[in-house]
Amino acid sequence: MRARGGVDPITALLGIFAAGVLAFVYLPMIVVVVYSFNPDAVNVFPMRGVSLRWYRAMLDNAHLMDALRLSIMVALGGTSIGLLLGVPGAIAMARHDFPGKRILERIVLLPLTLPGIVTGVAMLSFFPLLGVPVSLLAVLIGHGTFLIALTLTQVYARLKRIDPSLEEASADLGAPPLTTFFRVILPNIRTAIIGSALLSFTLSLDEIPVTFFLIAGDNTLPIEIYTIMRRGITPEVNAISTLVFGVSLVLILVASALGEREKER
Amino acid sequence: MTKSPPSPRRRALLFLVLPTSLWLLFFLVLPYCGLLVQSFLGTNEFGDVVFSPTLDPWKSFFKKSLYTGTLFYTFKIAAIVTFASVAFSVPLAYFIAFKLTRGKQLVYTLVVVPLWVSYIVRAYAWKIILGREGILNTFLQWTGITHAPVEAFLYSQWAIVIGLVHIYTPFVLMPVYTAFENIPRPLIEASKDLGAGRLTTFLRVVLPLALPGVIAGSTFAFVLTLGDFLGPLLLGGTDTMMISNIVQNLFGTSNDRPLGSVVGMVMLAIVLLVLEATARAEKSFASLESGRGRFGGTA
Repeated sequence: MRARGGVDPITALLGIFAAGVLAFVYLPMIVVVVYSFNPDAVNVFPMRGVSLRWYRAMLDNAHLMDALRLSIMVALGGTSIGLLLGVPGAIAMARHDFPGKRILERIVLLPLTLPGIVTGVAMLSFFPLLGVPVSLLAVLIGHGTFLIALTLTQVYARLKRIDPSLEEASADLGAPPLTTFFRVILPNIRTAIIGSALLSFTLSLDEIPVTFFLIAGDNTLPIEIYTIMRRGITPEVNAISTLVFGVSLVLILVASALGEREKER
Repeated sequence: MTKSPPSPRRRALLFLVLPTSLWLLFFLVLPYCGLLVQSFLGTNEFGDVVFSPTLDPWKSFFKKSLYTGTLFYTFKIAAIVTFASVAFSVPLAYFIAFKLTRGKQLVYTLVVVPLWVSYIVRAYAWKIILGREGILNTFLQWTGITHAPVEAFLYSQWAIVIGLVHIYTPFVLMPVYTAFENIPRPLIEASKDLGAGRLTTFLRVVLPLALPGVIAGSTFAFVLTLGDFLGPLLLGGTDTMMISNIVQNLFGTSNDRPLGSVVGMVMLAIVLLVLEATARAEKSFASLESGRGRFGGTA
């Protein structure tokens, strides 16, 4: 047994390796943030000064701003679909037995586990048969579909940890199902719902494979960034990336804090 | 709960589960089925899909070495990315789980957060680092290590591998860490008390117990790389097309949707096989619960 506080060589090596992996994961993101303040048009080392030039260019770039607005709209719409269909689905799955439940359990996971590109081309081929050609509506349905999966799995996991006898007690005491939902179930799964809404929003803001095939005309933000990258790169992308990075960081930290707090209960 | 529920409950259930099921049926299950049907259809002279059943798309897939060759190339890249992500994740996860006493939760959060940070931003980051006039090249010239820009960094197989390892390492780390964290500490002490050295304890106690987590993580890295089309597009060169890029081309510029559907179905089949096989492998190793599901363990 080694003494507390003393560090042996193997642990030290392990620590250095761990720090190296963390650096590998973080360095590229730090580079983007740092170079968003680049005064030059090319991303060269060392950086010559600090400037907000590219933030101004980003704000003046109508394409980029339109894309950002569109992305936020799609994310809000997709998240709403995910919540409206995912939460009831999760309650049914966690509390009832019905024919086809096992199949539904597997199907709902498909958009999270199967390659996005295959889901994208499948939707591209089939949606027109349902009267939905490539359009903003198609993008919204596409996002909604994988966000249902996300919300359902998150809320289901929470419901599984809550004693169903609470709801049975409520029903035994004469509460109608809706009352039980609002007074017993909802307060218990509230943080899971908020958490999955935040994750849904972030995920939708970044989604490419499905959007790529279903979008017509205007681009969402990641598709617009992709288009800029294919033409050659400008540090405006650093600025907008830093913005997106900051926003998603906040949303994710809030979401995981909500998850942690529930676990400690 | 398992008996058939009384009728008001049944009505409530229908109200709860029917909209979700119908949505998934129309917007998910039928599209996948449609892709399967489309892989057996022909096209007219304009490239439009026509309803005339044929095996031709499947025949041309297996005849052309472009498709099977790209599939094997994709396997190779996916294997390298998986191996590297696991090699990075296991020591880091081990360090956080067993060596850190203070700040453990903070470091774990630091590791998992990038999982949610924009894919496109991270691919973009590698582009500005590895580019001809990028940060790495100008850094090397600034230090005097090289005198002219190195062209080989970007648009190569290794650029794809580095980018994808960076993007998918957090996906591997999460289940591996969970597995380490769930190993009962008395087991490790018992191993040491019985005279096993550190290496023996690691190889015979820790690693076998963490194996389901490692398998789950490897599955993520492998399957996600298999379906990736942006990495090769943004970081790869002209000769580094992966299987998803073929699907993208067949549904885009080449406009051969039946053949594109064949490639898509082959991808689906491979992914489902890999998921099934690894789920079984995990189960046969698992004595402790392992976090499964791409988004299962975060919130």
